[in-house]
Amino acid sequence: MAELTYRDAVARGIAQEMTRDPDVVFLGEDVGKAGGVFKATVGLFEQFGPLRVRDTPISEQAILGAAMGAAMTGLKPIAEIMFSDFFAVCFDYIANEFSKSRYMSNGQVKCPLVVRTGNGAGSRFGAQHSQSVENWCMMIPGLKVVAPSTPRDVIGLMAAAVRDPDPVIFFEHKSLYATKGEVPDGEIVDTLGTAKIVRPGKDATILALALMVPRALAAADKLKSEHGIDCEVVDVRSLVPLDTQTILGSVARTHRLFTVEENPRLCGWGAEIVSIVADEAFYELDGPPVRITTPHIPLPAADILEDIALPTADRIADRVRKSLQS
Amino acid sequence: MATVEDRALASKTSLNDDIGEETRLRLYRVQVEIREAEQRAFDLFLQNLVKGTSHLSLGQEAVAAGFAAAMKPGDLSFCTYRGHAHTLARGVPIEKVLGELMQRDNGLMRGKGGSMHLTSTDHGVMGSYAIIGAHLPIACGAAWRAQYKGAKDVAVCFFGDGTTNIGAFHEALNFAAVWKLPVIFVCENNLYMEYTPIGDVTAVQHPAADRASAYGLPRIVVDGNDADEVFRAAAAAYEKARAGDGPSLIECMTYRHSGHSRADPAKYRPEGELEKWKERDPIKIYRERLKQFGIADSVIAGIDAEVKQQVDEATEKCKAAPMPPLDILTTDVYADGGWAWRN
Repeated sequence: MAELTYRDAVARGIAQEMTRDPDVVFLGEDVGKAGGVFKATVGLFEQFGPLRVRDTPISEQAILGAAMGAAMTGLKPIAEIMFSDFFAVCFDYIANEFSKSRYMSNGQVKCPLVVRTGNGAGSRFGAQHSQSVENWCMMIPGLKVVAPSTPRDVIGLMAAAVRDPDPVIFFEHKSLYATKGEVPDGEIVDTLGTAKIVRPGKDATILALALMVPRALAAADKLKSEHGIDCEVVDVRSLVPLDTQTILGSVARTHRLFTVEENPRLCGWGAEIVSIVADEAFYELDGPPVRITTPHIPLPAADILEDIALPTADRIADRVRKSLQS
Repeated sequence: MATVEDRALASKTSLNDDIGEETRLRLYRVQVEIREAEQRAFDLFLQNLVKGTSHLSLGQEAVAAGFAAAMKPGDLSFCTYRGHAHTLARGVPIEKVLGELMQRDNGLMRGKGGSMHLTSTDHGVMGSYAIIGAHLPIACGAAWRAQYKGAKDVAVCFFGDGTTNIGAFHEALNFAAVWKLPVIFVCENNLYMEYTPIGDVTAVQHPAADRASAYGLPRIVVDGNDADEVFRAAAAAYEKARAGDGPSLIECMTYRHSGHSRADPAKYRPEGELEKWKERDPIKIYRERLKQFGIADSVIAGIDAEVKQQVDEATEKCKAAPMPPLDILTTDVYADGGWAWRN
C-alpha cells in the first residue's frame, strides 16, 4: 500500500497495461517527451520508447482517427485528448465512427480503444477548457463512459478500459490530479459498470461523479455532524454501463435521491438516473428526487465566479437538509 | 487537366506491355463488373428494390480496378459512401453488395449498414465512411499498426475531390507524412463536389495534387479513366509504402456519369460535358486497349457475357433473399453482441 496522487495513478495505470500487453500503445499531444501538460504521463516515454508512446501534432481528428484505425486492425490504443472541451473538434470519431462501426458492419469491425481526457472545472481556465462533458458521450450508443474519483479507481478502471473490447471514454478530472489516495501494491484491475457506495447511510442517497464525490462526502460529513442526517454517498464511476442495481438498491434503503453533477443542468447524467428511479422505484421515494448541478451557463474564468457555479459541499448539504426537512 | 485527359484518348504510338495480359484481363473484368453492378443498382432503384440512397461510380471504374489490381492480399481499403466500386474490386461477391443495397438478409451487413457503409473485413474492405474525410485518419491508424507490427500490408484510402477541403484531409496528410506511414491517399477527382464544380470552391486547380507539396509529397496526377495509368501509379505507391518510404497522394482525374446520389439528376453540368467524357469512358478506352494488345473480340465478349450473367444471378438471389430478422435491431452495439447499457 502506498499513497499516490491521482496524477501519478494515471501514469501507473497506463504503464501497468503497456507492460502487460505489447499491443497497448499511447498517443497524444505532448504526452511523450513532455510527460503531458498535466504531468500525468511522466516517465512513459522513457519506459516504453517512442514507438509505443507517440507525440502527435495538434490534430485531434488525426489522433482519434488513428486510434480507431489501429484498434480495428489489432492494437489497443490509448489516445489522449488534452482537454475534454476539444472533443468538439473531433466529435465525429466519438459520435459517428468508433461508436457505430461495430453495429454498422454487423459485428465485423471492432474498436477496443480508450480515449482519456482532462475534464472538469476548478482551474480558472474559462468556458473552453473547464467543461464537464461526460454527458456528451453518455448519450451515444456504442460507447462506454467512466470517470474515476480516486487514484485507486484511476488505475483499476484504466486497466478495465484498456482490456475492454469496446471503445471507452475515460474522464480524468483536472482538479483531482493533485489529490492523494491509498493504492495497493501490484496489479489493480477494476470492473466497468460498477458504482461504489463510498459512505453508507440511511437517510438519503447522494449520487456523485469525479470531483463531486469528495464534495458529496464532505457534505455528508457536515450533514451528519451538524444536523444528524445520515447520507449514503454513491460514486457512480461508470455512466455506461450504468450500475442501476446499486443505485436502485441504495434508494430502496434511504428513500431519498440527490444527484450532484458538475455538468450544466440540461441533459446531465443525473436526469437519466432520476428518470430511471422515477420509472422503477417511484414508490420507494419519500420525496422528490433532487438534482444539484452547475447552472445552465458557460463557465466563467474568475475564481469567485467559478466557485459559485459548481456545486460545493455547502450547497449540497444545504439542498439536502432543506429538502429532507421540508 | 486537358493533357491528362487527352492522353487517354491519344493513340498509343508505342505500346508498353509492362502490365501483362493476365492483369489486363483482370483490369477489364473488374471494370465491367463494377459497371454492370452499378447499372443494375440503378435499375433496381427505379424498381424501388434498392432503398435509401446510393452513390454510383459509373464512369469511375478504372480507379477502383487499377488500385485493386496493385494490391496484395492483406492490404486494407478504406472507402467513402461512393464505395460500391472499391468493395467489388476487392472481390466481394456482387450478391453481397446488391443484397446490402436491397437491405436483404444476404447483404454484407444484413441491412444494418446500407449502401454508404459497405464493409467486408475478410476482403480487406475496412469500411465505407459517410462523413467526408473521416476515414483518412482512420487509414493512418491502420497503417500505424502495420508499421508498429512490422507488417507489410498497406492501407489505401479513396475519397472525392470535395474531401480535400475538409480539415481531416489535412490532418491526415500531415500525420501520415510525419510518421512516414504506409498509407496511400487516392483522390478521385470527378470534377464535382456533390453539385458544385470543385474549381468554384477550391483555391488550386488540382485539389489534391496541388496540396501535396505542403506535406512534402510529390505531386501526382494521373488519368483516372485509364486503368493502366492508375495501375502503374498504384503499383509505385504500394512499392514505396512497403519499402518504408511513407505515404503517397494520388489524384485521379475522372468523371461520374450519373448524379452525386440517386436524388441528383445532375442538371448543373454544362451541355455536352457528359458526352465528351463518355467518349473517354474507361471501359471503352480499355476495350480498345485490349484490342491493341491483340486480345480477340470473342474473349472480350466472353468476359462481358460472363459478368452480365453473374450480375443477373446475383440479382435473382437478392430478390429471393429474405429481409433481415427483426431481432438484429439490437445486436452488435457492444462487443458482448447486445446493446445493454445498464444492469
